[in-house]
Amino acid sequence: MVMLKRYHRLPKSFRLRLGVLAAAVLAAAGPACAAVSVYEAIDRAQPAIVKIYGAGGLRGLEPYQSGLLVSADGHVLTVFSYVLDTDAIAATLADGRRFEARLLGADPRLEVAVLKIDAADLPHFDLQRAVELEAGARVLALSNLFGVATGDEPASVQHGFVSVKTRLQARRGVFETTYDGPVYVLDAVTNNPGAAGGALVARGGELAGMLGKELRNARNNTWLNYAIPISELRESVEAIGAGGFVARPAEPEGKPARGWTLARLGIVAVPDVVEWTPPYVDSVRPGSPAARAGLRPDDLVVLVGDRLIRSCKALNEALEHVDCEDPLNLTVQREQELVEFVLEASNEENSGQP
Amino acid sequence: MRAAIGIYLLLAATSTALADVDPAVLEAEARRIAVIDRAKDSVLAVFSADGKGGGSGVVISPDGYALTNFHVAKPCGNAMKCGMADGNVYDAVIVGVDPTGDVALVKLFAPDGNGDFPHAELGDSDDVRLGDGALVMGNPFLLASDFQPTVTYGIISGVHRYQYPAGTLLEYADCIQTDASINPGNSGGPLFNAAGRLIGINGRASFDKRGRVNVGVGYAISINQIRNFLGCLHGGRIVDHASLGATVGFDGEGRVVVIDILEDSDAYRRGLRYDDEIVSFGGRPITTPNGFKNVLGIYPKGWRVPLSFRRGGRRYDVLVRLAGVHSEGELIEKTLGRSARPPMPIPEPDGEPGGEGERPRGDHSPKDRQQPIPMPGGKRGPQPPSGKQPPMPAVVQKHFEERRGYANFYFNRLHRKRVWDAWAASGSLAQAADDWTIAGPLEGGGRFRCEIGDGGAAIDLPAGRTEWKAGEELGEATRLPGQRPEAVRGGFLPALYLWRRLAVEGPEGFGEVYYLGTAPLADVDGLSDVLVGLHAGAECWFFFAPDDGRLLALEMFAEENADPCEVLLSEYRQVGESTLPGRMEVRGGDDLYGVFQVEQFDLETEKSAGR
Repeated sequence: MVMLKRYHRLPKSFRLRLGVLAAAVLAAAGPACAAVSVYEAIDRAQPAIVKIYGAGGLRGLEPYQSGLLVSADGHVLTVFSYVLDTDAIAATLADGRRFEARLLGADPRLEVAVLKIDAADLPHFDLQRAVELEAGARVLALSNLFGVATGDEPASVQHGFVSVKTRLQARRGVFETTYDGPVYVLDAVTNNPGAAGGALVARGGELAGMLGKELRNARNNTWLNYAIPISELRESVEAIGAGGFVARPAEPEGKPARGWTLARLGIVAVPDVVEWTPPYVDSVRPGSPAARAGLRPDDLVVLVGDRLIRSCKALNEALEHVDCEDPLNLTVQREQELVEFVLEASNEENSGQP
Repeated sequence: MRAAIGIYLLLAATSTALADVDPAVLEAEARRIAVIDRAKDSVLAVFSADGKGGGSGVVISPDGYALTNFHVAKPCGNAMKCGMADGNVYDAVIVGVDPTGDVALVKLFAPDGNGDFPHAELGDSDDVRLGDGALVMGNPFLLASDFQPTVTYGIISGVHRYQYPAGTLLEYADCIQTDASINPGNSGGPLFNAAGRLIGINGRASFDKRGRVNVGVGYAISINQIRNFLGCLHGGRIVDHASLGATVGFDGEGRVVVIDILEDSDAYRRGLRYDDEIVSFGGRPITTPNGFKNVLGIYPKGWRVPLSFRRGGRRYDVLVRLAGVHSEGELIEKTLGRSARPPMPIPEPDGEPGGEGERPRGDHSPKDRQQPIPMPGGKRGPQPPSGKQPPMPAVVQKHFEERRGYANFYFNRLHRKRVWDAWAASGSLAQAADDWTIAGPLEGGGRFRCEIGDGGAAIDLPAGRTEWKAGEELGEATRLPGQRPEAVRGGFLPALYLWRRLAVEGPEGFGEVYYLGTAPLADVDGLSDVLVGLHAGAECWFFFAPDDGRLLALEMFAEENADPCEVLLSEYRQVGESTLPGRMEVRGGDDLYGVFQVEQFDLETEKSAGR
């Protein structure tokens, strides 16, 4: 207050210059300089952190991870992982309430998933207002790493900085993931069981990224601490909300008279022995549409069109809904890449038997 | 002043722009440096007598008492060496241990005998919040060959965290989680808050695929838990943790309810039943089963703590006595038995840093995830203890007494004498070798008269006279008008007899008397010193005020698994040379047996007056 009074007594030209300088200093200090205490930042973020429980429990595969509420009526952003490979996904909110969660959809290219719980008026992050970060930005990572917190106990908070923003797959095959977009590399040890899906927030509590899965660099055996910027995820989240990338069971209506089948495609899948057998290609019939398109054994089918495929059963169902006279868009995971194919019937096959 | 700083900032911005640092940052840095500089002096590097690495510790009082982990102290044996930031090595002796909670109290000895050790100021761990700055100090990887502690900084990541027992023993309840680096060698060392006050003792971390090195998640035992145990630890004891005699879990609606309860537990006697909802425990609201275990984990066996529960819409508030987790034999075995396992290999102080060279291991079993931090492995793997320990230094020998069931009986003897001397000084009952007569009005009408002697005790009440002879079964009940006879089992008379016996015979003559430590007493602020006397199959707890040594209460347990007879003494007044209680309130279980106003308290009979 004292400073302001003196300011007004200064000559106008000087005031102008001071004003410009003040703006420059404030701008250089960064967006979070408006003294938000670390406690306030944590308080802003904690209510939207979700503890997710699902499949797992074997060595090295913990049955839990973290998630973020991104809508008031219960959309939860998280990583697409083995934890979600079950019908019995549970989500515990920051206030301790436990909900059944269902997978709304997942984008296997980004390894991001959206769950849905049945609730209203929930505290949540607004993805549209997520911030971008530069190297050197102070951050907090909130997650339920090691599953330490249960019920209404607060998620764990770690502090750190963004070391660099870079592309993940500088060289293919280095990291065991299909994601090859930009990431924030962090100096906080977020690469821990249960942390994936947690929140990376800027110093003022604004959401900046989602903590990534446990990733090991295959060449030097080091583990990467990273988060995916929200800006990379927004489109997929919107697409999932609009009905894309979903794994919903197919509606009976709208099924064509003659849909595609694995046999027609020339694909032999692995034996369907468990409830959620992952749809790997076992072999490809020479000369078939699949062979012509370039599919190979060990390819894992992840998408038929934009429909998420999570099991052999789902694959068969999805194929039935595409007319066999139409080309079939198939996305497979081959090692650490996602590859898209278009499969078409040849003229001889169409005129042959079904 | 603010204007000057403001103008300085702006002018600084014109000249060198980003090269100048905000004075607030420099101030914060200077404060942190000052805090660290002061705190480091109390930090210890703990070694076994033959110089092999153990871990870290912290001095908490000027006479040299220090805290560390049980799993650090145990492999060192009863005598250890502690290096401090002044570059010196001090001899230390084990005082008391809490094996389940992984805490040990040791005492350092100054070579000139004058204790003026730099020590840490204890903080309040219940004040700790997520996001608080935190400092960890100690000797990770045994880097500090000059005993200057390594300092790491982070924030508090979580509070009131529950960590399941590793193996069969160590359970970290209600601990503080931090992302300040805690590594092998940090065990037993201090966790300071940003002001340099001691808020925890580091001891565990979550380890995973990278082997035993920090991955951003470390845990410290809260200082408030340690405070609860401190009196017992000072008493040279092996302290057991508490159990309620009931287990809790979530019901289908997310409430915390009793899922199992022992009928002979104190909780059952206080009315707790299967399916009751736990509302609060130890004064803390309970919302998860882990939250319940957290509260249980901070108390020693034998304490009495408040419990609130709900049934059918009605709330019940009671005080429950906490039983132990282990039987005495079990606890001793577990404490001693740990050395039968190959101890964590103790590398040479100037050897490899250990953890860095380890490959990530594929061992991901849940039990291995949260581990007490052992010393670094070394490539050869675990080795048996290297031959005999060198003989105990003279100063340590003087302060150590072996006795089964105690970590160091020397200190128990010391405190037993301290409490007895304070009592004797406060009231001087010891001279009264003759029979006692206590008489006066009963609250509620009528008069009473007690006679207590070497042979037993007797009481005259409006309803009649009851006598009890020492040696008789401690199962006599005495009826007061309007009271149920079973209101006091093992009764009032034996309690009076034991009171006089302690006063007259002293702790050595009584039978077996030991110093329990400190414990809370209903309606009394703070903790009381407790002596426990065992005689004729009964166990009697004597509660003394720590400041003036007065006897505040007796609790006499005629049998296990039954409510004791409680005698609360108050309204002390001067009678001749003695200070004697003016009021005795006698309770049994949930019932008030009677309130006795003491008009007359004679320490000799008419017979002896004539001698």
